[in-house]
Amino acid sequence: MTANDPSPNHLQLTRDGQLRHFLTLDGLGQPLLTDILDTADSFIEVGERSIKKVPLLRGRTVVNLFFESSTRTRSTFELAAKRLSADVLNLDISTSATSKGESLSDTLLNLEAMASDMFVVRHSQSGAPHFIAESVTPGVAIINAGDGRHAHPTQAMLDMLTIRQHKGRFEGLKVAIVGDVLHSRVARSQIRALNVLGAEEVRVIAPGTLLPRDVEDLGCTVEYDMARGMKDLDVVIMLRLQKERMEGALLPSEREFYRLYGLNQEKLGLAKPDCIVMHPGPINRGVEIESAVADGPQSVILNQVTNGIAIRMAVMSMAMGGQMAERQQRQQEQQEGRA
Amino acid sequence: MTALLDIDQLLDTLESGLRQILQARGVDDPVLIGIRTGGVWLADVLGKRLGIAQPFGELDISFYRDDFSRIGLNPRVMPSSLPFDTEGRDIILIDDVIMSGRTIRAAMNEIFDYGRPASIILATLIDMGARELPIQPDVVGRALLTLEAHQRVKLRGPEPLRIEVQESGQ
Amino acid sequence: MTASANWNEGGLKLTGGQLFEPGKGLISNPGLLVRNGRIEAVGEQAQAAESAATLDAAGQVIAPGFIDLCCNLREPGNGQKGNIASETRAAAHGGFATVCASPETSPVNDSGAVTNLILDSVASRGVVRVLPIGAITRGLDGDMLSDMAGLKAAGCVAVGNGSRGVRNARILRRCMAYAQTFGLTVMFSPENTALAADGYAHDGQVTTRLGLLGIPEVAETAAVMEMLLLAEETGVRLHLSQLSCARSVEMLAQARDRGVKVTADVAMHQLAFTESALAGFDSRFHVRPPLRGEADRQALVAGVRDGVIDAIVSQHQPHDSAAKQAPLPATEPGLSSIESVLSLGLELVQNHELELPDLLRALTAGPAAVLGREVALTAGAAADLCLFDPDGHWQPSAATLLSAGRHAPVLERALPGEVKLTLVAGRTAWQAPGTPL
Repeated sequence: MTANDPSPNHLQLTRDGQLRHFLTLDGLGQPLLTDILDTADSFIEVGERSIKKVPLLRGRTVVNLFFESSTRTRSTFELAAKRLSADVLNLDISTSATSKGESLSDTLLNLEAMASDMFVVRHSQSGAPHFIAESVTPGVAIINAGDGRHAHPTQAMLDMLTIRQHKGRFEGLKVAIVGDVLHSRVARSQIRALNVLGAEEVRVIAPGTLLPRDVEDLGCTVEYDMARGMKDLDVVIMLRLQKERMEGALLPSEREFYRLYGLNQEKLGLAKPDCIVMHPGPINRGVEIESAVADGPQSVILNQVTNGIAIRMAVMSMAMGGQMAERQQRQQEQQEGRA
Repeated sequence: MTALLDIDQLLDTLESGLRQILQARGVDDPVLIGIRTGGVWLADVLGKRLGIAQPFGELDISFYRDDFSRIGLNPRVMPSSLPFDTEGRDIILIDDVIMSGRTIRAAMNEIFDYGRPASIILATLIDMGARELPIQPDVVGRALLTLEAHQRVKLRGPEPLRIEVQESGQ
Repeated sequence: MTASANWNEGGLKLTGGQLFEPGKGLISNPGLLVRNGRIEAVGEQAQAAESAATLDAAGQVIAPGFIDLCCNLREPGNGQKGNIASETRAAAHGGFATVCASPETSPVNDSGAVTNLILDSVASRGVVRVLPIGAITRGLDGDMLSDMAGLKAAGCVAVGNGSRGVRNARILRRCMAYAQTFGLTVMFSPENTALAADGYAHDGQVTTRLGLLGIPEVAETAAVMEMLLLAEETGVRLHLSQLSCARSVEMLAQARDRGVKVTADVAMHQLAFTESALAGFDSRFHVRPPLRGEADRQALVAGVRDGVIDAIVSQHQPHDSAAKQAPLPATEPGLSSIESVLSLGLELVQNHELELPDLLRALTAGPAAVLGREVALTAGAAADLCLFDPDGHWQPSAATLLSAGRHAPVLERALPGEVKLTLVAGRTAWQAPGTPL
């Protein structure tokens, strides 16, 4: 491993370019992201059958390791794994119990010993899934279900699937991401995905306190004024605002935030007439978005939930496939080595 | 090396075989399901020849393959599409080439996840033998075609449909 | 140590190679004679002298033993991260004859009793000179003054805050005024605690992309400015430890120009790496202050070249493996660096960023002057020497590193610069395998 390699592809891809872990969208190119979307399309069809299950991961064990609780995300991963016929173990491990690295490693090694094939990891610390894939259990496929502020690649991909369903393409699209970009792993992954898939412009709209430094380097433009930022938009993505942002002097009040950056009918009227409204959920109505918009005709928030299962099935089956193909290859090489 | 086999002749054989078996079994309202990609082209042609008005189904068996653990997921998987309810229906399952029988096993597993059909008739254009599973087609266009070890047979299409024998490695 | 390691009566003669004489630079070496812990003669006189042993130093550089102003020996402590025996051996392997021991031990070195404990341990198990730095506040908590007179009497050469920021400017001012009373140099790591907050990486491109918590430059520069103004006012001798920002170097130069008594050091890894070292979540490069941008790195190198920065330090922080085996934010900061300082410096020389004499000055005369000392390769001087082969290579690994910490900055490739021999008061503290003695 080289310390200065900015892309983690040495970790998440096999030698022939298949996924074997899904840690981040950094380093993944347009063909692979498109494969994920196409595969997810096929799984959407599976979800419409009388038996919504395929035998791909039959006999495999998937462990949902949630070091940070999230019922929604965990449920969709669980459902996705079950629809792939995997055996699923859910572990909610509070971070306090394993705040030290040693016990995190120990926990994982124990699980690996139980013949786990895949860990779906949600962790409050950026880079935790990388650490697990690189240093703890490299033979187990790791799916990042959200790490700190770093990445939430399955969420970003399900958002891309939703956009493709409604817009049919990415070329020429103007997309805005509104709100707390600073703390958002979702926004980081979305910006990357939109850039790779060829969106024309990605704008972030937020006050200076909620933007990371040099955010433009991620491949986006910055707009402080929402009215200006809404102009010509095809897609507007609202981010969740945590209540505690008022405490660290990042924002004065929810009321002021809603007035400046909340999405209501009037502001939505400034975008293109067919602009779709997205939100990774859970929604704070009256903080990020007006109910009439969240439930309105331009909102695709519920599609996002359905797509979540299909994307997770796609990523899980692709990563498991890569991991197993590699395992097979290793065994073969060992046998040849012996012979 | 092409046009070894006359496609029209094979289709004629397949069509008349199917007519016979449908009549013998008393099936008057069958639906067609083709296995992607060759089987889908054949389903289209045979649907027209047999005068089946119901649009045919398309099956992509990638999620049911038994070699997933060796080669991973087919990156070009497409959604299956069965534009009818399979529950209680008589199905004609069509593929271009049958060899080991594994594809047909996967296809039948997939069909059953849509519902419980009344019956399935298996039709394949070419039977290469070399079966690994106890699965036999009900109707074939050309039985027990034997090729050299380095040759592969492939259906090309959809317009025009033709059969190619390729030297492997090509 | 073997019995032959003490060059007393018989003496050891080094012939050939180049001498680094601070003030003169690199000069060719006709001969240098070590006897009874001192340099007995240099030049023709040494050449002519009889000695029990002679070492041909052709192609090699003989420098005064290096001096490290910031090293963590982890003793007193629980021993998991290293101890005085392991870490002074590592220092000697890196060519260091003298290290200043950071006050950040467990317990903190905030009283003469702890200082005595350290020095007792050094006397029995240490292989290089150890100069303790006392804690400037009790427990390094930044609230109450430590017993500075007692620390000085027990042997502390300076007082400092370790790697901890000081939250309160009023206490900082009183610390300086009190230290000034005893003529103690204060060594401060400049970090504004409120601005650094929960950060652990440079607030820049990499933190933005990876979603790490950033420490902005202003967390350092605001503290540097505050410390410079307070030092100017109190008249204390201030040493700024481990600068990381271009602006800090600029402010340092300006303060010196107007006569503030201030010196500064930089950690070698700040000269060799940037924020991009963290791009793969490599927890080894979780260091504090964080590795910053390329412009900062270049300014720091220029600071060493121009002499604005007096010393290069190791900021050696050995850890047990568990401290680094965790998601990056949960790891402990610091590199096991003391064995790689010379090699990383020689890479800067190879890249034409530094001249060899600049590098060696910042490892010898520069830090000595900060401590109010002098080093020279002249007759009568203590025989603290480092003999290294600038063209030799070694590869840091679990097999070659002597430190208890295995998280060296470079592990996967060979590094230039092999330390052949480190003498401390004429005793062999490190001798490379195969050195013919």
